[in-house]
Amino acid sequence: MKPKTGLWAAAGLAMMAMLAVAPASAQAPKRGGTLVYMIPADAPPSFDGHRETTFATVHATAPFYSVLIRVPPDNPASTTEFVCDLCVEMPKPTDGGKTYTFKIRTDVKFHDGSKLTAKDVGDSWNRIVFPPAGTTSARVSYYEMVEKIEVPDDETVVFRLKYGTTAFLPALADPFTYIYKKEILDKDPHWYEKNIMGSGPFKFASYDVGQSIKGVRNPDYYHKGQPYLDGFEAIFADKQSVRVEAVRGDRAAMEFRGLPPSARDQLVKEAGSAVVVQDSDWNCGNIVTFNHKRKPFDDVRVRRALQLAVDQWHGAPALSKIANVRTVGGIVFPGSPLAATKAELEQMAGYWPDIEKARAEARRLLKEAGQENLKFELTNRNVDQPYKFVGTWLIGEWKKIGVNVEQKVVPTGPWFQAMRGGTFDVVVDANCQSVVNPVLDTGKFLPKKVYPESYGDYDDPKSVELYEKMTHETDPKLQRAAMRAYEIHTLDTMAHGIVTPYWYRIIVARSYVKGWKISPSHYLNQDLANIWLDK
Amino acid sequence: MYRYVVTRLLLAIPTLVGAAALVFILMRLIPGDVCVIRMGSGGAHVNEAAVEACRMKLGLHDPLPLQFGRFLWNYFTFDFGTSMWSGNPVVVEIGKRLPVSLQIAVMATLIAILLAIPLGTISALKENTWLDHIVRVLAIAGIATPSFWLGIMSLVLVLDVTYYTTGKAWMPPIDYVSFWSDPLRNLSIVALPAITVGYRYSAVTMRLTRSAMLEVLREDYIRTARAKGLIEKIIINRHALKNALLPVVTLIGIEFAFLIGGLVVTEQVFNLNGIGRLFVQAVQNQDNVLTQALVMLVVAIFVITNLVVDVLYAWLDPRIRYS
Repeated sequence: MKPKTGLWAAAGLAMMAMLAVAPASAQAPKRGGTLVYMIPADAPPSFDGHRETTFATVHATAPFYSVLIRVPPDNPASTTEFVCDLCVEMPKPTDGGKTYTFKIRTDVKFHDGSKLTAKDVGDSWNRIVFPPAGTTSARVSYYEMVEKIEVPDDETVVFRLKYGTTAFLPALADPFTYIYKKEILDKDPHWYEKNIMGSGPFKFASYDVGQSIKGVRNPDYYHKGQPYLDGFEAIFADKQSVRVEAVRGDRAAMEFRGLPPSARDQLVKEAGSAVVVQDSDWNCGNIVTFNHKRKPFDDVRVRRALQLAVDQWHGAPALSKIANVRTVGGIVFPGSPLAATKAELEQMAGYWPDIEKARAEARRLLKEAGQENLKFELTNRNVDQPYKFVGTWLIGEWKKIGVNVEQKVVPTGPWFQAMRGGTFDVVVDANCQSVVNPVLDTGKFLPKKVYPESYGDYDDPKSVELYEKMTHETDPKLQRAAMRAYEIHTLDTMAHGIVTPYWYRIIVARSYVKGWKISPSHYLNQDLANIWLDK
Repeated sequence: MYRYVVTRLLLAIPTLVGAAALVFILMRLIPGDVCVIRMGSGGAHVNEAAVEACRMKLGLHDPLPLQFGRFLWNYFTFDFGTSMWSGNPVVVEIGKRLPVSLQIAVMATLIAILLAIPLGTISALKENTWLDHIVRVLAIAGIATPSFWLGIMSLVLVLDVTYYTTGKAWMPPIDYVSFWSDPLRNLSIVALPAITVGYRYSAVTMRLTRSAMLEVLREDYIRTARAKGLIEKIIINRHALKNALLPVVTLIGIEFAFLIGGLVVTEQVFNLNGIGRLFVQAVQNQDNVLTQALVMLVVAIFVITNLVVDVLYAWLDPRIRYS
């Protein structure tokens, strides 16, 4: 009888659990309350999304603004789906994929009460893509495919491209592309650097420099019923312990960037059911870049040996316990349809499933190159998560083939300077993007003369040719094949760099925060319109 | 005295210029610049044209002597510049943070004085008794414990105690409000940092008070006072303590000046938006203008505090005369 009783008890518990979960997932959003969250930064340099690149700007100001299109707020994990924010419906491209015509909503008002029209949308986009003299747009290079932007009437914006490309829509969904009021920009193109006035779900209430920023509900918001919150307060706190204790002590409900596994475990242990965890692969990663201008890294055998020595498949799960990294991937974010499968990865150097075989080959290559006693310096950024963890792990892996590496950890400024000036042997670089846009995101592996932030300083016409072919291909199957060819050439044939396991985003929030879903980037889904508080 | 003060203030000018030159050179020895950090620290694509435009705007391409000359001239005309990071006037950036640091510094100093001088004196008077041993252990523990660690531990303690007693973890607010707008909330925010900083500060002061008192108590004039039949209270307060306080006042002055810009980790642990935190941000962001201004502020505070301490000397010891 005993086993049967246990079975019934288990079934009963399962049923209770289902009943408990079912109503929760079907819960109707509640109105009211103020969301308090932390921004793990000191303060944004300015409020101008067009100019800035830091998440501190997006986390502080995205709730005040509208964008043309975006990742779906209810399914931000999707890497291929985009939905309208200010447009009426997602357009079908015409003219062989070279023309996108957006119809703009007519019910949108700026927070000052004036009507938002296609002229505002067109003007903001023109400033992002073709910044006038004296102004800065940080993302001009994302829109090299755009030939011109036209506003034929108050309800229409037309993007004309030089060539059809799958990179365009993801680039258009960039979360920094706030729509500003044309009239204000015409008077002062720098106005938005220090002021806030948009058409988003929240109206600006106050800003205390370096301390906090507050917003209140926009009653005229065009997505009917939203936002659910009465307001929000974002508190700047760069120290992780403060943020963790703040969530534990309920001084803040969450932070949106990501905590390391140790902080998650601590919070879950201490706060129990008062917190919930969401996690996701992150469209960010560390890349090990070899300085091709320095010997012996100009020798592909040495680069390949260093790549073969790293046991990604066993290293990633071990590292994921202490650092915010997890998934092994190639040059494309693992969640994208253009990403290599495990079987495809295993064909390339650095991903061989038999690590002993790979290390034997690495030793052979080093011997052949006359570098059996190789020693070098690994330049790394003075950031714990995950840079220093990844750097230390790599050194251990290289030691297993007899390579001795000294890690030089430097602050952000000197780290950039070392990469840009080419004053390093090998560096732990980073590639951190917002919307998953494989075509643009993989530009990092191009030669420096094509892509200035490719710090390996190599010349490789073949990789440019393969990249161009992939970029201009719009058929998904053919593009995937072209991406594979580019990836194999970059990582396997030329061993230009090592892609270390992708970062892993862990968000711990108070359990009363509902409606928010994690995305593969800490830049995305930050307008807070769909968040509500169950308390 | 007036002439002395003016002379000291004038002598501060070369000190300030020296400090300015030093910080100017040191900041420019750090590789990289604010524009690159600003445009690329997120790990995303760096727009080279934007970086160059930023450098041009901030005058980073100008020859160094020209930049230094401009910096000095601006200071002489009380133009402290604009933050290279935020674009806000440096006066605004510092003005927002100074009250926080000043409040912590004043409160920590008060805590230190109230703890250190009585306990240090008692410890000296009761030398080698159990009371002396307790005070010395307290003092050594205070010196050996970093205030940031004490800060974290005190926060964890508050969270744990409230969790186990009330079932809900509580911690002080983390968004600073000024004393004048909400005194109770302000005090609940600054109490813990002031106590943790004040404790370390009092430990150092306590040991100095004790040793200075012990030295003075062995002086001939104390013996003479006792031989004259003066009551012990007057001997201690009027003759011993007043003389023993000379080095203590110097220490308090130096520590106070240090607290204005030196509470880097404590401010981070308690999320206080003060000068120390701003200092770290400015250096990390390679915001030369703001870093220079902060160094000059701290130097000026040191100069003024030293002057105040020197003037206090004359009050404490009538033999000291300034002319």
